[in-house]
Amino acid sequence: MAELNLNDLHDTEFPLPEGLQGNFAITSLSKIYNWSRRNSMWPLLFGLACCAIEMIGTAASRFDFSRFGMEVMRGSPRQSDLMIVSGTVTKKMIVPIVRLYNQMPEPKYVLAMGACASGGGPFKEGYNVVSGVDKYLPVDVYIPGCPPTPQALLNGLIALQLKIDGQSLANKDDVPWYGVGPSEPTPIPILGPDIIDPRQMDLIRRQTELAAKGLPYGVRELPPFQLKRSAPKKALASATTGDTGGGGGVERDAAALEIIKRKRMEALARKKAREAVTA
Amino acid sequence: MTNEVAIEQTQNDVQTLDQAIDYLIKKYPNIVSKDTREGYGGVIVDRNHLIDVATTLRDELGYNYLSSATAVDYMGIAEPDSDMEMVYHAYRLSGGSALVFKTQAPRDNPVIPSLVSVFPATDFQEREAYDLYGIQFEGHPNLKRILLWEGFYGHPMRKDWKEAYYEEEHKPFSSRWPGGYVHRAEERNPYGKNVKYPADFDLSRLTDISEESLYAGLGLGVDVQSLGGEMRTDRLVVNMGPHHPSTHGVFRMVITLNGETIETLEPVMGYLHRNHEKIGERNTYLQNIPFTDRLDYLSSMGNNLGYVLGVEQLMALGSRYIPVPYRAEVIRVLMAELTRIVNHLWSIGFLLNDLGAFFTPMLYANNEREKILDFFEAVAGSRLMCNYMRFGGVFKDLPERIKSVANLVNDRVRDFNTMEYLTDIITERLPRFLDEYEYYLSENEIIKSRCIGVGVLPPDMAIAYGAVGPLLRGSGIPYDVRRAEPYSIYPELDFDIPTGENGDIYDRYLVRMREMRESLRILRQILPRLEATKGQEVWAGGKQGAYSPRIPVGEAYGRVENPKGELGYYIVSAGDPKGTQNPWRYHIRAPSFTNLTCLGPMSKGHKVADVVTVLGSIDIVLGETDR
Ligand code: SF4
Repeated sequence: MAELNLNDLHDTEFPLPEGLQGNFAITSLSKIYNWSRRNSMWPLLFGLACCAIEMIGTAASRFDFSRFGMEVMRGSPRQSDLMIVSGTVTKKMIVPIVRLYNQMPEPKYVLAMGACASGGGPFKEGYNVVSGVDKYLPVDVYIPGCPPTPQALLNGLIALQLKIDGQSLANKDDVPWYGVGPSEPTPIPILGPDIIDPRQMDLIRRQTELAAKGLPYGVRELPPFQLKRSAPKKALASATTGDTGGGGGVERDAAALEIIKRKRMEALARKKAREAVTA
Repeated sequence: MTNEVAIEQTQNDVQTLDQAIDYLIKKYPNIVSKDTREGYGGVIVDRNHLIDVATTLRDELGYNYLSSATAVDYMGIAEPDSDMEMVYHAYRLSGGSALVFKTQAPRDNPVIPSLVSVFPATDFQEREAYDLYGIQFEGHPNLKRILLWEGFYGHPMRKDWKEAYYEEEHKPFSSRWPGGYVHRAEERNPYGKNVKYPADFDLSRLTDISEESLYAGLGLGVDVQSLGGEMRTDRLVVNMGPHHPSTHGVFRMVITLNGETIETLEPVMGYLHRNHEKIGERNTYLQNIPFTDRLDYLSSMGNNLGYVLGVEQLMALGSRYIPVPYRAEVIRVLMAELTRIVNHLWSIGFLLNDLGAFFTPMLYANNEREKILDFFEAVAGSRLMCNYMRFGGVFKDLPERIKSVANLVNDRVRDFNTMEYLTDIITERLPRFLDEYEYYLSENEIIKSRCIGVGVLPPDMAIAYGAVGPLLRGSGIPYDVRRAEPYSIYPELDFDIPTGENGDIYDRYLVRMREMRESLRILRQILPRLEATKGQEVWAGGKQGAYSPRIPVGEAYGRVENPKGELGYYIVSAGDPKGTQNPWRYHIRAPSFTNLTCLGPMSKGHKVADVVTVLGSIDIVLGETDR
């Protein structure tokens, strides 16, 4: 095969030499890269709270997540690709967590396991609890549950694999680590009178200025709820008694439904039009 | 110091609790007085003489085992000069109920003498009270924050301290019930996070002092010492944790080393402090049950039991209390003992992990554990967080069959008769497994050489430090709440309390092994009782009574022998006249927390690698340590 010109190989129509047929598969670089990466996710060996017990249970003999290429749990963040935040994140603990995250080499993923890591969970109102690790770190997959069963964790891990499958080397905006240059480390929170996120310094300064001036601070005024007092039962009652003079809840609801229906139809029409253009 | 010694020390004519109280009052007139508040017991001690009274208690009356020390803030209830209270529970090792003594101080300047010199067991508990309530303990050797960080603003357990997401004093919040339209807490907060800064907060002078006090006095980087003139070693400070695979969670130790030998070890905790008690005081009594699951998350059933026992004590003060039905008690003991096995399997597995048998024994132990978890799931609906017990019983009877599509083993849907399944685990599987486990491990040479003589805790020290559970029994003291102050149906069950002799890691390991066998023995006695009571009621007073219990005014201390040791709930009911009832004080005396007091002394003089095993042999769980 001395006459084989390597450049010809770029041509997808290139006839394969007789002896090599059946030994080639054509795929994209992204795909093969993602395939090898998603099947060798090494999680950081690190448990925070109750959810960690289920994480260990998932790693153990019965559920065994090494079936997904994750058996190598590393104690060092520098050797791991995936941080499973398994439990309640407290203010005292978020400092080391952010530090650990910064020490992980890219590409890296964060998986928030359980209600606590996703949003504070049952302990959300506690004074030392962070309302979800996503207040400080980018999270890729959230797993609901308190604690999520091992099956749920496995499902989350598979979801993460699917996510990795969809990432592209060609699209630099897709994931930061395929771009140029190192990405910025996440600023490490400071333990002051309460936890301080360095990204919010300005906001804190403005609030303290308000406080110094004696203006209201520390609360955000929110619009009151538009409470729909016309519960279906009441509406039904008024309808049956023929009392239309009251709230007229039925009509209003019907009108609202009408609007929703119309909007849906419009959206559908727009979609159809778009498809027609692309086709 | 065994039982006999403890009894000998007692004044001969003072046998019962009442006699002891009378003795105290006679000896200290005007200083000690009976606590006469409605529903309360014990004595109130003038804080200026607290140390004297405590010494008398320990040396003359034999109450030498102090288990719980906690603070209560009676803001708005008690007189302003006595509205901060410290409550201590002291026991005799021969058994019996607690002598509760209290001391009071004004809220705005709470200064109370420290009892560390009399009962070293109060060391961490006083630090906790300082941290959360701001009580100054005079004479405490190391009074600094323990659960929060140095520099934190305020003392959060005080009744007038409001958290960033504060909504109302008590649940159910009016925004959630009955309307159910709420803004999420983050939306109301200008930072979008669970934070709040003091009004006079000056960012420009912000310094992070949370680590400073840890290293103060350690003489960092100063000295090169000579050892016998030949070898010169540096003193080194090593941080282990909070992220470390062998600290069993987010626990941290600051260790000073001389060469490789440990000079000092300071436990640093609070990395999982999730404000259990503050939330618990906003919750209603019933809402707290699922929270107790998350204390010692390996033995949630045991935690449930302690809490419901505490609240039932309070309910029993009222007139409308209906005792727990017999079948419910049987089921409770069944669950508690299964939990003990679950926990010990796990803790022994992890101890071996720490010894270097990386995960193999653990995996075998976990296999058996899963069998029990399946049973829990079938009964309570959840593998770990069972949320199963209720005031006056348990919330559901055992199901006829264990059937679950979620539990696929070899692709076979499980469908078992519950009693057969239980009988099989209790009489066949687990005993066989324990034999096998012991055959391979107990005589293993590596285990013996790493464990025997390491981390020794002498019995007198164990008592002084208030060690509980297998740690205490490993040191040769047969103290078990199930015997010392029996609850549920333990009096009618036949079991032994295994103890060790040398108080080292190996003894603790053996104690746990034998305790599992004792648990199996109890469970074998439970099986016929389960059969005999089939179909009987499991919940006193029907659903209504248990869902909205009327809790009379008073205090209660419910304690159980949890797998890790004595778990106590100190509950104060202020009797809210409005009807929705919330505990005024809800304190958890956690075995893992107090047992850590012994960690420093136990590891002194050993190597770094041994610390890991010493910690593993205490068997801590951080959810309970930090709460
Ligand atoms: S989500 Fe539930 S189980 Fe998980 S850490 Fe939080 S409280 Fe524990």
